[in-house]
Amino acid sequence: MATIGVVIETESGRVKETNFGVVTAARGGGANTVLAILLDGSAEEAKAALSPYGVHKIVPLSAAGADLTQSPDLRARALAAAVEPLGLKVLLGLATAPGRDLFARLAAYLKLPLASDCVSVDIAAQTVRKSHFSGKTIATLRLKSNVMLCALRPNAVEAAPAPASPEIAPLAVTVQDPGRVRVLEVKQAPGGKIDLAEANVIITGGRPIGAADNYKILEECARVLGGAVGASRAAVDAGFAPHSMQVGQTGKTVSPKLYIGCGLSGSVQHFAGMKTSKVIVAINTDKDAPIFEKSDYGIIGDLFEVLPALTEALKESQK
Amino acid sequence: MKIYVCVKHVPDTAANIKTVGANGFDDANCKFIINPYDEYAIEQAVRLTESQGGEAVVVTVGKAAAMATLRSALAMGPQRGILVTIPDQFLDSDITSQALKAAIEKDGKPDLIFTGKGAVDTEGFQTAYRLAEAMQLPVVNEILKMELRDGKAVVEREIGGGSREVLEVALPCVLGATKGLNEPRYPKFPDIMKAKKKEVKQLTLADLGLSAAAAQTELVQLEKVPDRTAAKVLPGPVREAVRELVRILKQDEKVI
Repeated sequence: MATIGVVIETESGRVKETNFGVVTAARGGGANTVLAILLDGSAEEAKAALSPYGVHKIVPLSAAGADLTQSPDLRARALAAAVEPLGLKVLLGLATAPGRDLFARLAAYLKLPLASDCVSVDIAAQTVRKSHFSGKTIATLRLKSNVMLCALRPNAVEAAPAPASPEIAPLAVTVQDPGRVRVLEVKQAPGGKIDLAEANVIITGGRPIGAADNYKILEECARVLGGAVGASRAAVDAGFAPHSMQVGQTGKTVSPKLYIGCGLSGSVQHFAGMKTSKVIVAINTDKDAPIFEKSDYGIIGDLFEVLPALTEALKESQK
Repeated sequence: MKIYVCVKHVPDTAANIKTVGANGFDDANCKFIINPYDEYAIEQAVRLTESQGGEAVVVTVGKAAAMATLRSALAMGPQRGILVTIPDQFLDSDITSQALKAAIEKDGKPDLIFTGKGAVDTEGFQTAYRLAEAMQLPVVNEILKMELRDGKAVVEREIGGGSREVLEVALPCVLGATKGLNEPRYPKFPDIMKAKKKEVKQLTLADLGLSAAAAQTELVQLEKVPDRTAAKVLPGPVREAVRELVRILKQDEKVI
């Protein structure tokens, strides 16, 4: 029985749903003690959100006299200082932009091996599975260390309920801020959009979308599904969408339950960013587009016709 | 300014990867390129030396064949290069960062070090951080905007959902570049010819007092991920096809 820490990510103080899969991985089928480590947010709310998934303890982490939001270095050092007092054998988290950053800082600081963006973890064997070569191969890595650090791709491990009643056990550590990196400002995106990397459903529009304004056809459908909208590299390079929406090699890597690609050719680089999606649906006017060779379902048709019809059909099905 | 740019020699993202044995791949018959994110790093370093003076030096840790990639990087404008040769494509990120540190410190005193945000072969996303920690320098990765202000770097990075964080970093520092930072140039023929004559120092891990045997991660297995087979195309007029799709996604796949 090992003690596993899970770094919990919050969004405006709320525990993100993608944490539940990480907690499920940490349980290792019930063999482990799971500590949920909070760097921000309310412990009571975290307890309510996480107890259905088998967390044994909620550990709000604080550093005397230091504001952890002010520096990523400081957050990493606070976590590093918590590893020993908590007796952690493994520390898991999410491979989101902030999660990847935090774990890499922590690994460098503690000189421990780290596996980032893993699709699964075997705690007993100290191994992980993760993509190598843009999703074309899967590597199994063994981490040879006393403490194992692993950031999991959001949605890669499905959350499974295991109700528990965790206690709240705060931990205060002492850290020194080297003061070399300082957050000056956070520019919030308008409208509080769902982060692409964490969405359960993603609808992506390629070059044939033709104009930035036309993404609203996809947005309407995404709204009905509670999903997010992405763009291909070609669409981003044509100026139809910002880079923050790009899925693929030089954009985001996503793993939603449902990925709907509209007007995509199906390049290797695009698939590098989404091939671990559970179900892939392709919509394209060209019946010979390579994407139909690599998807689960296809509709041959114009996205400007198919998407509105799909939105309608979804609304109907929800009645 | 003296700027070092760390560049990795990686298989082309479009290349077919043929696995060999339990944990190897056929790299002899595979086209290699500059790690795509490193192109943004090279471009940023070259632009800074063009505007501020000084030199940009490319540092590569890779197999002997990485010389070709290093030359491609030099064709984008840096003045010279350093190649630390290793026997295998895969090297623990901790040892890679120690090799980069030793090669840089042996060569000069950096004002700035650039890397790409990560490498597209092993996708580890950590070498920049380990390099910074080893050199006791601050680090910010995945930057898509940067400027120098009063001897400090002010950088922007995305933190999810399109939101961005603006950070101030003291120099010298390590910065990991990503798409959006700039538009990397395409070298012209004369640049490629000139790059062939640029100075490249060659070192081995042993020259730097390092060994790959100290790795803390072990690649146990490398497996091909099978592509999906051809999609089930839903026939009929659009209205019927989308209705059938919704039924499948709800009842069969249970994803909505």
